[in-house]
Amino acid sequence: MSLLSDIAVSLQRGEDEQVALLVRQALDEGQEAAVILHDGLIAGMGVVGEQFREREIFLPDVLLAARAMYAGLALLKPLLAKEGVPTAGTVVIGSVRGDLHDIGKNLVGIMLAGAGFDVVDLGNDVAPERFVDAACDHGASVIGLSALLTTTMPVMKDVVELVKARGLQDRVKVIVGGAPVSDAWARQIGADAYGYDAASAVERVRALVRTPA
Amino acid sequence: MKQRIEWRPADTLPERREVLLLQGIPAGVDPSGRIISIVESATAIYLETAEPRALVADISQDAFARVYHGEGSNAPVTPVEAIAPRADALALFVATVGAGVTDRIRTLFAQNEPALAVMLDAVASTAADRLTHLLAVRHAAATGGADGQGRLTLGYSPGYCGWHVSGQRALFAYLQADAIGVTLNASCLMDPLKSVSGVLAAGPADIHRFLPGYEFCADCRNRTCLGRAKTWSVPAASE
Repeated sequence: MSLLSDIAVSLQRGEDEQVALLVRQALDEGQEAAVILHDGLIAGMGVVGEQFREREIFLPDVLLAARAMYAGLALLKPLLAKEGVPTAGTVVIGSVRGDLHDIGKNLVGIMLAGAGFDVVDLGNDVAPERFVDAACDHGASVIGLSALLTTTMPVMKDVVELVKARGLQDRVKVIVGGAPVSDAWARQIGADAYGYDAASAVERVRALVRTPA
Repeated sequence: MKQRIEWRPADTLPERREVLLLQGIPAGVDPSGRIISIVESATAIYLETAEPRALVADISQDAFARVYHGEGSNAPVTPVEAIAPRADALALFVATVGAGVTDRIRTLFAQNEPALAVMLDAVASTAADRLTHLLAVRHAAATGGADGQGRLTLGYSPGYCGWHVSGQRALFAYLQADAIGVTLNASCLMDPLKSVSGVLAAGPADIHRFLPGYEFCADCRNRTCLGRAKTWSVPAASE
């Protein structure tokens, strides 16, 4: 197996120290940071995402893999920035105002980071203005909204409307998700996409980023 | 009458299967050794950091109707407005597992320990839910009939079943919940995060029966409303 495959496999096993060791070794051998990121870390997280979707592994396994990914990413990030390697895009995420549930949102953030996105996590109980302001401040092309309560779902509509009110709808897309949220709800409020789970959210965000403005 | 109740953390510990369920691991699946190890670590942290406590106060039908109306943001028709008038006794409650657990969850995230952080979050969430059950059992005993004898006490909380979360303002004003260190922020969310609030309604079991046919039920995937009539075996709280 190549070193990059070893990185991907160690990541899937959640071996954070081993991943860091192998990433350092790959850098020492002259591998480019971008190649290690894509063919090692992102490839490994891709498999983890697939296994999670197929219920072959569970949330704690994904989070152990995420820890290993961050261990490798910590070594690569300074080099990627120095080399001017572009990320897959920037996504602002958060649980909407009035909602404190954030496990699902955290998982989406982890999976997006694992897919090479820069993730700006605003936490929970986030007001519509903060989402839109953060998207502008960070140059994000996607806002991800999470809600677990039927009583907080309407806040998602407030965010969508605020994006439109500020004339940002062509360059900032909105994806929604959370237990009570559905594709029909996303369409009803004018959101650009609905993520059924963390893995599908990553796919939808990828599609949104690819969609020309 | 208003009561302050405190529990030993061990008395509020949820069952492991409940914690695993919240992590997406269904009953009947044997989790791996490393997942069990994470559950055990999270449980140990919970036992070390939790300070479970509650405030409970009896409330009359009229007073509850005013609290329930809150700021007028509830769904047009809700189950609680039908259940409460048929209850023999009502009590408002606020309960928390304390700030220490939430602080530790934040620290674990900051230390790049997301698996343990999320597991501790799950332990604390299920423990907070368990506090409602513990209070319901106490309330049932105090209002003249144990569960399983045709009577039932269940808790209902703002944020669910059409009771708007803004209703917590009136509830907190009635209870003066800061006495146990629980406060509301501008969005009516509780601090510490792992807290629960609501009303305990005691009466014949039939009063709690309702079909999930309300407007908001269409969007709700939570069906615990249909399966809560369980008998709970719980230890007595120290007061």
